[in-house]
Amino acid sequence: MQLAAEGLRLDVDIVDYLILAIYFVTVLGVGFAARRAIKSSSDFFLSGRSMPAWVTGLAFVSANLGALEIIGMAANGAEYGLMTLHYYWIGAVPAMVFLGIVMMPFYYGSKVRSVPEFLRRRFNRPTHLFNALSFALAQMLIAGVNLYALALILQALLGWPLWMSIVIGAAIVLIYITLGGLSSAIYNEVLQFFVILAGLIPLTVVGLVKVGGWNGLVEKVQASPLGEAGLNTWSDTAGTGNPLGANWIGIIFGLGFVLSFGYWTTNFAEVQRALSAKDMNAARRTPIIGAFPKLLIPVVTVVPGLIALVTIQGLGADSGDYVYNNAIPLLMRDLLPNGVLGVAVTGLVASFMAGMAANVSGFNTVFTYDIWQTYIKKDRDDAHYIRVGRIATIGGIVVGIGTAFIAAGFSNIMNYIQALFSLFNAPLFATFIVGMFWKRMSAWAGFWSLLLGTLASLTLYLGHLADVFKFNSDLEESFWGAGAAFVTAVIVAIVVTKFTPSKPENELRGLVYGLAGDSTSAETIVAGDKVWWRNPVLLGGIAVLLAVLLYIPVW
Amino acid sequence: MKLFDVRSVIGWMFVVYGVIVTALGIFDSPAEIEKAEGVRINLWMGLAMLALGLGMLLWLRLNPPKPLPEESDQKD
Repeated sequence: MQLAAEGLRLDVDIVDYLILAIYFVTVLGVGFAARRAIKSSSDFFLSGRSMPAWVTGLAFVSANLGALEIIGMAANGAEYGLMTLHYYWIGAVPAMVFLGIVMMPFYYGSKVRSVPEFLRRRFNRPTHLFNALSFALAQMLIAGVNLYALALILQALLGWPLWMSIVIGAAIVLIYITLGGLSSAIYNEVLQFFVILAGLIPLTVVGLVKVGGWNGLVEKVQASPLGEAGLNTWSDTAGTGNPLGANWIGIIFGLGFVLSFGYWTTNFAEVQRALSAKDMNAARRTPIIGAFPKLLIPVVTVVPGLIALVTIQGLGADSGDYVYNNAIPLLMRDLLPNGVLGVAVTGLVASFMAGMAANVSGFNTVFTYDIWQTYIKKDRDDAHYIRVGRIATIGGIVVGIGTAFIAAGFSNIMNYIQALFSLFNAPLFATFIVGMFWKRMSAWAGFWSLLLGTLASLTLYLGHLADVFKFNSDLEESFWGAGAAFVTAVIVAIVVTKFTPSKPENELRGLVYGLAGDSTSAETIVAGDKVWWRNPVLLGGIAVLLAVLLYIPVW
Repeated sequence: MKLFDVRSVIGWMFVVYGVIVTALGIFDSPAEIEKAEGVRINLWMGLAMLALGLGMLLWLRLNPPKPLPEESDQKD
């Protein structure tokens, strides 16, 4: 993301700063108040598994609604048009529903405290250690990127020096996570969800008024360089002659299956929100409740992207102020008066901090439970692990600041890091799904399928960077990389299982389909709650149906 | 664990935001309304945020969190 100074500077006044300051104070207040409720390590790392479903559901969607996501999706909206909707309706909602209906009984029912811990119990310690280390590393790097991106945007919009934004952002996240643990992170994510909407809705409303409503927008997009193609989602996907450059097979299997299922179902920074829910039903509804806002978020990201395309002269430049990534900041500058402008700035800042807090709270849990408690100091008292968690939080953020300054040295690192780590998830998803449904899959099969799957995607990625393999775009590379990782992981899992002993069935209870006492049987997965609106299968079905119906007017 | 309810935080913060932004909206200059394409966006968003905040507080009042049964879960 390139944000040059001057041209993007917002005309903020004292009231806008007051709104931002109120947010900072509230966030810190949540941290101090949450601290008083922490009595055990489970309280610190998993909110004592006490959260209601609507809270974890909004936190689930919010943990993904980082500012990079918002700014990036608006940029995609301006560049590719309505095909960007695929990232929401096929690239997120089905996987969220699948997580809630099919996978959550295994996660929550087995009482594991993290995704790596599931791997340890289903497979073995090497699989566990490999995944715990790669996850911890990835979270620190991504936290750094979030921090750097926050600093860049505050420099452009408010004129703050980079180091000042990095230190302030890091300090606030540090304080509230160290004090309040996951409860702080989740509460602030729910708060952020509302603040970011309060910032984006006025932008969308005023923008639509400016272009003459939806019909005016349609006419203007047709007259733009993007043209009619920018208003369709599926119509030109028999070949690759559409703005996204992907055909329907790529969209459905690459984006909709491998990439999105990999991201949503195995990423602990997301799954952790569901693990903090108060009971199995609430845990299963967490991603499904999150799917409903996810269906509508493009109204305040993709639509402003299109508005920016038709109202901002020169948008789409290769560098400078008018790159696509600045669609939202430019609209804020042009359309919002002081007051709602402050809310919008606060929303962006909030979403960067919440994104970083999700990374940090995932990191401290995996570090403490999966690395420290498993391999370094077992059998200490519970208070010891809370202390370690707090120290890990501080350490993670300090390393995050370091990686933020490293990120500052690269021009386009955001895209690459996102692509790189989405690829880590594809083999993980393959290993998981085979291991959950095939009880004979052996412990070593888990390790080798994860390792070789990751290496397969990494090979394609490095080959892409070095121009050894030719792909049309980063997107195409990530599709093939994820696909190769998935296929490799599945094949390796099958082959290695032939040559290594399976685990005894009594060690796999609750972890594999068909072997559970009660938590993962087919009846539990289908059954719901007495009340229909608390039934995960029904709610999930409605979410998927809505995703299909929403496509109809923009086919 | 006994934790405060998040609805109180959302409620109070949005009441404060709502009051500030509505007040701005009432006294918005023509230039500011002009910038927002003639929409009194501060006024409308201020009222909307106020409604959200009050709604959260009302929901909390009508449906307070049930006292948790004594935790029998893992304390690991």
